[in-house]
Amino acid sequence: MAERREVTYPLVIAGGEIVDANGRRRADVGIGADGRIAAVGDALVADRSLDATGCVVLPGLVDLHSHLREPGGEDAETILSGGRCAARGGFTGIVAMPNTSPAVDSAAVVRQVLDAGREAPCEVTTAAAITVGRAGEALAPMGELADLGVRLFTDDGSGVQDGRLMRRALEYGRGLGVTLAQHCEDAALAAGGHLHEGEWSARLGIAGQPAEAEELMVQRDLALARLTGACMHFQHLSTARSVAMVRAAKAEGLDVTAEATPHHLVLTHACCAGYDPVFKVNPPLRTDADVAALRAGLLDGTIDVVATDHAPHPAQAKERPFDQAPPGMLGLEVALAVVHTELGADLGFDGIVRAMSVRPARIAGMADQGRPVDVGEVANLCVFDPALTWEVSADDTASRSRNNPWAGRTLTGRVRHTIFAGNPVVEDGSLA
Amino acid sequence: MRHLLDIADLGGREGIEDILELTDRFVEVSNRPIPKVPALRGRTVAWLFYENSSRTRLSFETAAKRLSADTANFSVGVSSVNKGESLRDTARVIEAMGVDAVVVRHSSSGAPHRIAGWVDAAVVNAGDGWHQHPTQALLDCYTLRQHIGDLAGRRIVIVGDIKHSRVARSDVDAFTTLGAEVTLVAPPTLLPPSLEGWPVTVSHDLDAAAADADVVYVLRMQRERMTEALVPSLREYTARWGVTAERAACLRSDAIVMHPGPVNRGVELDAVVADGPRSVIVDQVRNGVAVRMAVLYRLLGHAGAVGEDDIDG
Repeated sequence: MAERREVTYPLVIAGGEIVDANGRRRADVGIGADGRIAAVGDALVADRSLDATGCVVLPGLVDLHSHLREPGGEDAETILSGGRCAARGGFTGIVAMPNTSPAVDSAAVVRQVLDAGREAPCEVTTAAAITVGRAGEALAPMGELADLGVRLFTDDGSGVQDGRLMRRALEYGRGLGVTLAQHCEDAALAAGGHLHEGEWSARLGIAGQPAEAEELMVQRDLALARLTGACMHFQHLSTARSVAMVRAAKAEGLDVTAEATPHHLVLTHACCAGYDPVFKVNPPLRTDADVAALRAGLLDGTIDVVATDHAPHPAQAKERPFDQAPPGMLGLEVALAVVHTELGADLGFDGIVRAMSVRPARIAGMADQGRPVDVGEVANLCVFDPALTWEVSADDTASRSRNNPWAGRTLTGRVRHTIFAGNPVVEDGSLA
Repeated sequence: MRHLLDIADLGGREGIEDILELTDRFVEVSNRPIPKVPALRGRTVAWLFYENSSRTRLSFETAAKRLSADTANFSVGVSSVNKGESLRDTARVIEAMGVDAVVVRHSSSGAPHRIAGWVDAAVVNAGDGWHQHPTQALLDCYTLRQHIGDLAGRRIVIVGDIKHSRVARSDVDAFTTLGAEVTLVAPPTLLPPSLEGWPVTVSHDLDAAAADADVVYVLRMQRERMTEALVPSLREYTARWGVTAERAACLRSDAIVMHPGPVNRGVELDAVVADGPRSVIVDQVRNGVAVRMAVLYRLLGHAGAVGEDDIDG
């Protein structure tokens, strides 16, 4: 101990309580010049110290589902602005979705996204499209893209409608050791629907999309996962029966994982009552019973991951009538605070770490993310003050967009510092 | 009442009855040799019709002119919507013009609600998507009172494409608020996906439901529903849910038939019935002007009783 006190670390996270896959402990975290954790212990001496008194120190969060809109949608978000949102939200790793323009379906676009990601204050990797142009007709060059580091393939924004093509993608992907992820939505059944089909769509007089549009594809893809033995990830599940099907599939031993978003875990279709398209999202917000089932699924591990589906849209796109506005809502900056406020008591920080860091890092194949806070690991950390209450403001954002459904809500707990590869990218809530 | 976006904005039975009583005064005005009063002199009412509507538009315009309001048309083609013009931009323009009221019709449910959130002017919903058409419901209530008196305990059948009908939604709200018992009759494909919270009963059999009805309210059957596989054919629709002459003959002798117009003669309503003694369709149209005068007056004029100066000929 005497020897260690003589060491001065370039950066120390002081006074916090570490929560990681190994449990909870009070300790300072000393970070070396190489960006790795150099010491975990008491009263570490620092050149520079970040106060974490009263805070939990978590492995940096990982988002499996971020729409960064670049290339093609830079009026809504860029990889840099989205990355800054991520850092503010305590994320040190994010997976960009490939529904850009052009889609991430070629080596050139993968390289473009990864290159731009190097400027972001977090690790940015990208998912790639399963099919060329996300058109659902021909397989994208999955092998070539896997060689560039792509671990997750999805046509997110829509599901692959053709069962035969999806089967081939799963089989081919199995050989590459990659994971296929699906936005489950039967396009014909969902066509023209703008919110959950039910009580509110009927009252508001807007065409809905039935829960069964999602469930039919979950059912089909579970069958295909069984047929092919491939690894399959279900994106943003939103219905009680989807959760039940995935639960049964896991019990059967299928190699499947699933995610749910903070908004599907909290909000319902009743939010659409005022016709504000900020609550329009795909899959749509559903019923209280669906919310309860998703929460139960998260608590029992059926839902492996909380992913944001951060989906920025410029103001003018959401200033249209509900049925003309695009679906999607922001999520990166508030996800942890929402999950902590709404589910913290049941999930605990150990559950939050599992669902928002460890498991998504594993599914995304991000080797330096979701790791324990141990000596030798890359210092990707999220320091969260669980006691701070604050009101969400749509304008308090690093995003280029403002479509924040949580605006005006009071949340408990806020990201205080984010450390990415040893660098404090967010300090006391502000981007460095 | 700051806006009239849906029937609920009237605040229940008393609010609806207030408009119906006001309407009596404006019916009287409308029957004068010179049916024009100074009530809204100096006030400006703008039309914002994103969807074609010659009838409702004409009715509102006549109402505004009889009240001496200035009117202005914000001509919005379908093209500006297709270009993705922000609804808010339009609201900003209206706000800058300083109009007192804006009458909105839009093919998107909720569009008038969005506009109301952005402007100081009073917003009147002249029909939004499948959602509401409150002045239609008010003129229907007024017409019903003329013909059958108090609606309490009266049996009203609404038959047709309930799912896509803003008239049905407003009428259900208004009729039941006034105490009527409403039965919706349609094939399941033309009913809303959920009727949770709707104080109605549902039937798929028009003959059974209409047998003891005081009122049969017939909705327009739009031909485009054929392409959506909602019913096999118009012929089958007419046979099962159309108010044919034979079917009308089986109604109670004092039952009346209503329709919001325009009628697809021979589809949902036989011409003989539409023009026959049970039909009060012409009264509906006539009362529309006075009801809309009452609504504009209430929103732009004054609370309470009508000032005699306001309706001094």
